Amino acid sequence: MNETLIEVEGVTKSFVVRRRAGRFRRTREEVHAVAGLDFTVRRGEMVGYIGPNGAGKSTTVKMLTGILLPSTGRLRVAGADPVRDRVRLAQRMGVVFGQRTTLWWDLPLRDSYELARRIYRIPDATYTRNLDRCVELLELAPLLDVPVRQLSLGQRMRGDIAAALLHEPEVLYLDEPTIGLDVVSKRRVREFLARVNADLGTTVLLTTHDLTDIEQLCSRVMVIDHGRVVYDGGLDGLHEQGRSERTLVVELERELPPVELPGARVVRCEGTRQWLAFPASASAAPLVAELAARYELRDLSVREPEIEDVIARMYEEAERPVAAVPSH
Amino acid sequence: MAEALHALRCYGHIVRMWIRAALAYPASFWMTMLGNLGASGMDFVIIIVMFLHTHALGGWSLPQVAFLYGTSGLTLGLADLFVGSLDQLGVRVREGSVDTILVRPVPALAQLAGDRFALRRIGRVAQSGAVLVWSLVQLDLAWTPLKALVFVSLLLSGTLIFGSVFVGGSAFHFFMADAAEVQNSFTYGGATMLQYPPTIYARDIVRGTVFGVPLAFVNWLPALYLLGRNDPLGLPSWFRFASPVAALLCVAAAGLLWRTGVRSYRSTGS
Repeated sequence: MNETLIEVEGVTKSFVVRRRAGRFRRTREEVHAVAGLDFTVRRGEMVGYIGPNGAGKSTTVKMLTGILLPSTGRLRVAGADPVRDRVRLAQRMGVVFGQRTTLWWDLPLRDSYELARRIYRIPDATYTRNLDRCVELLELAPLLDVPVRQLSLGQRMRGDIAAALLHEPEVLYLDEPTIGLDVVSKRRVREFLARVNADLGTTVLLTTHDLTDIEQLCSRVMVIDHGRVVYDGGLDGLHEQGRSERTLVVELERELPPVELPGARVVRCEGTRQWLAFPASASAAPLVAELAARYELRDLSVREPEIEDVIARMYEEAERPVAAVPSH
Repeated sequence: MAEALHALRCYGHIVRMWIRAALAYPASFWMTMLGNLGASGMDFVIIIVMFLHTHALGGWSLPQVAFLYGTSGLTLGLADLFVGSLDQLGVRVREGSVDTILVRPVPALAQLAGDRFALRRIGRVAQSGAVLVWSLVQLDLAWTPLKALVFVSLLLSGTLIFGSVFVGGSAFHFFMADAAEVQNSFTYGGATMLQYPPTIYARDIVRGTVFGVPLAFVNWLPALYLLGRNDPLGLPSWFRFASPVAALLCVAAAGLLWRTGVRSYRSTGS
């Protein structure tokens, strides 16, 4: 299980963007979508890949799938170069682009699966087994004979995920798999992905905006910003690195000026209620004991940090590399 | 070789899928088919109207012009039927759905050529074929084995040349926002040009179709031999038999352009 599947070493990708500047002049700008990525993914891992819009998430997925050629650096999937061995690697990977379907728009869902069977040369037994599993777990049975264009977004996404798994890929890339889905569809998709990862040992790399995806699915998260990995590790570590704070909400017996408590600071006061922030890594117990000894309390509660805030703070702190080199 | 066979098989499957989809709405299918037949037939009506006023066009009789019309329409029709779907590539590049094609283990060309395969395009093939048969009956060529060979090679090479123009032309979609019209001017525009005898055009235009985009090899040059006519350009007589060579060169050039297109897409993205 510890075998390395994906290796990314010093990978960059820059695009030349031409803009009109005045009537005749045009400026040429080099935009670094990815500015030096380094990471590895082991077989069987489920990795969340997050970052703001334009951070380079999709570009990374496109390079890993062999659609885009990196400008510099070394990239290997199962020991092969994705661009040079695209067709051979395609056989071993599954890809789901959340915002564009791989299904055939005007044909029944079933036809897209039949086509996948030919394209990936899936043996009959494997095909039947995988299709049955997907149909059961993703509840596709009533959809199989419906033209794809008539499916709802959530149904289509389930259909797309099934299409990407019929050939039993070793690695599954999901680009925003839950974008625009309702709560029920999201849950179904997440449960299914967890199942696939657990049962088949499929390596999963998923990019997302929805941190609940990560919290429920991924033991490891990579945060990318401005084309660089700014965090790579578990969710717990994310709180530490993001210097996130928990909040102690206390209800005092009577209205008081902001309380004094070492290790915590008052961030908000409202009548008898006060909000005290303290580092997420510190224990709440001594603080509560100290507080109770000094003041009369009516009630208190501890709020966990919002992961969104943690990530937002991380983006703010990530240094901004030079994004554009203007020339003529 | 096994890969090429697999690509062809996938193309065939995609084509069958679309035919089945089209036949799911039979009324709509037959109406577009008849519309196609009628639209391509109008060209020939224009030619007949011209011959109501004159006995020859650039020195060519009606059956001879019908021969040009039939061979040009049939070869374009076949090329259009097999790979004409490629002109929708521009839309796919703009929406970014080429990505979904590139992650499958089959060459992009095989998948894109079969995409939205339109069986109604068989209308042009049928209509041109009928005109060609009529012209052959009227002309009563003294068939020899060599003439039969040149005739078959005309149809094959012509289809390959037009097909190459479709493939090569659509490769420009990878570089340009809207290349469909450039490509159409060579395919549909070119086929209309080839319906008329070369003698009615300026010499430089005809020269362009020999040495530039080699459309003259589709039917003009082999027709000179089959119909026993003189070459208006006075080219060496072996040019009349060179269509297969021209076709192979076209296929190679189109393949190169296509590869370059895919490669450029990979380094720039959508």
